[in-house]
Amino acid sequence: MIRSNSEMSKGIDGLVLWLYILLCCIGITSIFAATYREGDDIVRSFLSFKTDYSKQAAFFLVSIVAGVAVLLMDSKFFTATANLWYAFGMLLLILVFPFHSNIKGTKSIIKFGGALQLQPIQLCILFANLALSKYLSRMETDFTKSRSQMIAAAIVIAPAILAILQSETGLALVYFSFFLVMFREGLPAVILIIGFSFAILVVATLVVDPNVLALTLTGIAAFVIYLMRRQIKRHKSVLAGIIGIWAICVGIQRFAVPFIFDHVLQPYQVKRIYDTIGKDYVPKDAAAAEDIAKNSAPKKDDGDYNVRQSKIAIGSGGWYGKGLLKGTQTRYSFVPEQRTDFIFCTIGEGFGFAGSMVFLGIYIILLFRIVTIAERQRSTFSRCYAYGVASVLFFHIAINLCMTMGLAPVIGIPLPFVSYGGLSLVTFSIMIFILLRLDKDRQMVLR
Amino acid sequence: MSVFNQSRQTIIRLIFAATFLIIVVRLFTLQVVSGKYKTQALDNAVYRKVVYPDRGIIFDRNKKPILNNTIIYDLTVTPYEVKDIDTTLLCSLLSIDTVELKSRIISAIIKNGRYRPSVFEGLLPIDLQAKLEENMWRFPGFTLVERPIRTYPYRAGAHLLGDIGEVDTAIIRRSNYFYQMGDYVGRSGMEQYYESVLMGKRGVQNLIKDNRNRIQGPWENGKYDTAAEAGRNLYTYLDIDLQLLAEKLMANKVGSVVAIDPKTGGILAMVSGPVIDPNDLTGTARQKNYAKLALDVAAPLMNRATRGLYEPGSTFKPLGGLIALDVGVINAHYGVSCSGAYYGCSKVIRCEHHNPGHAANLRLALANSCNSYFSQIYRMTVDNSTDHSTKKGYTRWMEYLNAFGWGEKLGIDLPNELPGNIPDTTLYNKVYRGQWNSCTNVTLGIGQDKMQVTPVQLANAMCIIANKGYFYTPHFVERIDNETKKDTILNRFRVKYSPLTHIPDEAYEAIHAGMQDVVESGTARIAKIPGINICAKTGTAEKYTVLDGHRIKLPNNSMFVCFAPRENPKIAIAVAVENAGFGSTWAAPIASFLVEKYLTDSIRSEKMKDLERIASTNLMPAYLKRRQFIADSTRAYYYFNLRKDSSYIRKYLRGYRPHEEKPKEKSIVFIQPKEKKDAIAGRKPAKERKDNRNTHLFIRGQQLVGNDKKTLKAQISG
Repeated sequence: MIRSNSEMSKGIDGLVLWLYILLCCIGITSIFAATYREGDDIVRSFLSFKTDYSKQAAFFLVSIVAGVAVLLMDSKFFTATANLWYAFGMLLLILVFPFHSNIKGTKSIIKFGGALQLQPIQLCILFANLALSKYLSRMETDFTKSRSQMIAAAIVIAPAILAILQSETGLALVYFSFFLVMFREGLPAVILIIGFSFAILVVATLVVDPNVLALTLTGIAAFVIYLMRRQIKRHKSVLAGIIGIWAICVGIQRFAVPFIFDHVLQPYQVKRIYDTIGKDYVPKDAAAAEDIAKNSAPKKDDGDYNVRQSKIAIGSGGWYGKGLLKGTQTRYSFVPEQRTDFIFCTIGEGFGFAGSMVFLGIYIILLFRIVTIAERQRSTFSRCYAYGVASVLFFHIAINLCMTMGLAPVIGIPLPFVSYGGLSLVTFSIMIFILLRLDKDRQMVLR
Repeated sequence: MSVFNQSRQTIIRLIFAATFLIIVVRLFTLQVVSGKYKTQALDNAVYRKVVYPDRGIIFDRNKKPILNNTIIYDLTVTPYEVKDIDTTLLCSLLSIDTVELKSRIISAIIKNGRYRPSVFEGLLPIDLQAKLEENMWRFPGFTLVERPIRTYPYRAGAHLLGDIGEVDTAIIRRSNYFYQMGDYVGRSGMEQYYESVLMGKRGVQNLIKDNRNRIQGPWENGKYDTAAEAGRNLYTYLDIDLQLLAEKLMANKVGSVVAIDPKTGGILAMVSGPVIDPNDLTGTARQKNYAKLALDVAAPLMNRATRGLYEPGSTFKPLGGLIALDVGVINAHYGVSCSGAYYGCSKVIRCEHHNPGHAANLRLALANSCNSYFSQIYRMTVDNSTDHSTKKGYTRWMEYLNAFGWGEKLGIDLPNELPGNIPDTTLYNKVYRGQWNSCTNVTLGIGQDKMQVTPVQLANAMCIIANKGYFYTPHFVERIDNETKKDTILNRFRVKYSPLTHIPDEAYEAIHAGMQDVVESGTARIAKIPGINICAKTGTAEKYTVLDGHRIKLPNNSMFVCFAPRENPKIAIAVAVENAGFGSTWAAPIASFLVEKYLTDSIRSEKMKDLERIASTNLMPAYLKRRQFIADSTRAYYYFNLRKDSSYIRKYLRGYRPHEEKPKEKSIVFIQPKEKKDAIAGRKPAKERKDNRNTHLFIRGQQLVGNDKKTLKAQISG
């Protein structure tokens, strides 16, 4: 056993492994801090696997076992079966529609028996990553061609669309993080910039008065025309381009955003977005109001309340925090969902700014390390995969932390390795272990 | 391919770093820069439970508790725990119906939430509490919660002991937010004055609560908790037996009795009539009785000992004599010849006596209470030639009275004391445009005119005369339990004031002799107690009031002051009985009984019949009924206008009705023409009444109406 272990551990990136284990331990401790009640018998509850922290510990063990299994596999297995996995994932996603169980606010979960439940959309992040890496690493893929770019985009957007149909807008957004991978692989930067500008425009539409925004956009367009008057003299098409961009911007601001808000998003989601930017949302009709009421019942569980309580919990931590198990806000369930999406409150309140810095430090070191690992791969597949892992982790961490601190709307995205949730822990673990396995064979060129 | 886009890894790293930087900055502002989240977190999770200490107990001079604590119970409900209760039993016990039960639980949820207990039925009577106690297991979610209340074991001393009540916003603001909503605080009497001593020190328990406001345990292991300190007891000079006797004697009378120990200034008894039972204003009884007492025009809640203003009448005469002696305008042998009235001024002042020589000297004049004599010496004092000015003389006379503690607050240990009224020259200058002389206010010399004092001031003046010039501010509390240097509240009561010790002892002796003769051979022979030399003075002050637009003369106020024994004064008493008649008829025996009780600890058996007679006599002024009717009707009319609901009027008219036959067509009597009103009230038409002005006389509860004063007077004397 020992020998085979040393054999197995050769070439594995120790830093990533240890950071991973550290994060999982922080996660279990935080869940413990959030759910432990005075007088609980810790040893017994850990062994009984009835409490959340003991369940999380159990899932951690499962993850380790799965991870060892992954490490024992051949790295070619992943390249070979990537598309298969993706197809399997898509099948699961489609099967969700007829077989999903009745759980409030989501249609994405299948239950097996009593305790076990499966959310294919989470698993699919892993599969999409594999499939995307596989597609990008194909010999015949020429990623400078827009056709390939379209196909790559389709690979990641397909599950996202299914996720939206299952009322999991938050997890759907995660799939957009794969555009960072594509960017690394040569996707024109302008697409990222356009995407980013689009996001800014949407936010501006919500925050600024429509007419003022339209005037501002017109002003900017006029200014640009003035700056580029020479080029315009030479090429009339530049003028057409600018006017075209202006028209698109105003169109988005005037028609697209209201259309999305009124017809695509659920009213309660719109309300959460409005909550985040600090505006009151007036439901446009009775049905919308009813939807908000339905999705925010019981009364206290609306996004605004969550974020306010979460901000109070984090803010009350101060420089050094109140200490483990001493956080008054997190221990007495003022923050709803705090063992899952709002787990960071426990850390923020218990360990303060200093502790949060250490925690963020662990994450950023992990992310940078994964990027470094990605860059040292010989095979495109491994590199894409590693970037995929980094992007997905980054997106989860950023959105989750911003959400708890009131910078982003409340969308249910877990904090990787820390939030309570067996499936997400196992998925992220396997993702990391596959990365470690691929990295072990970094000298090989996988196709 | 990777080679082409190598530089892009830097961009990706930069995106990561920038995002984390934003998060760090946000974290810094949340946790370090902004302080509000810390307080919000405390507000959220820490419940400051105030632990109320027991209030201090008040003892009388024989260490008998006269104000104590006891426990009664509130029935509270925690709505979310209420399951499968025996509804019918609970309803029958509380005598409510199920609809009421439901609505009370709903209002509890609205008020305090589902998870916190709220009061379902407060202040349970003892028998109901016992019945509930037996059956509590049938009502999960309901609990009996102890609640300490104040109790008065002797049912005496309502006005001086005072009561406690919940703080209102004004008190909270005045206390600089020391008190919190729901705190109990002394609202009157000694409870209010000694609030800081009696209340003790509130303790604070910091408890952790969860998001549903359920208590989870102590916060930080009670590091910031403070323990409650019980309120300290007060030991008073009050003699509860004397107080009980005084209250018995003052039953069904309007007025006041104050008894002070002249040597210490300690108040031995203080009664304000109508006498009320203090237990009527605690616990369950308070809701029932308070409104009735507060709306009573006889003002039973007012402490007449410190807030009742009385013309001292003849009881002023010892003071007038002393002042005249000290100013030097007379000596003890000065006499006037009185033939039944004083003719020195344009208005004639009647005197009760007309036998010659009844005012041959000061002693006789005092004993016989000669109005002429004291009018004369008042004028002599004010017009004293050495002053060259009536106004200067008046001012000096007024300063003497101020030295006696009249016209100024004494500063006794009860709140809201009134200063009485001794007008200075500015008032007379204003009223008479500067044109006045000693004749204008000559009746001041016999304790009338604008002179008004409170019974406490009257009793205190007796103390000064008994002590020959010095006094201690009248007060109740002798000492505080565990008194320390920090307790400055009693310091001012231990200061000996000597405002009038410069008056020679001979002057005092002369007055004492005259006052002793009042009892021995003068107007107050009824107050004589064998073996005890009492110095006293009766008083009969005229009273008028305006009723139904007419100024009517009321029966005189019966006043009496005394101190005893003359040689070594141990008790000084002032008695005022409103609208009772002569001072010697009612006030004098009351004071006499108190002196006897205090000095000999018992009442002679042959006097017991007299005592019972006085105690059982109802001297409530008759005009009060009419005034009550007017007050109630006015209020009813006000509410009728407010609500347009005649049931309010019926509610207010339920009590006293002047006449049984009510007009059938309308029950609202106020908005009818004058003639009809008169007809309903059974009065003569207004025109006729005008001719008979001043001929309505109220004597001892009887209204006498006639056209001729002489026949009326004959009726009275008959």
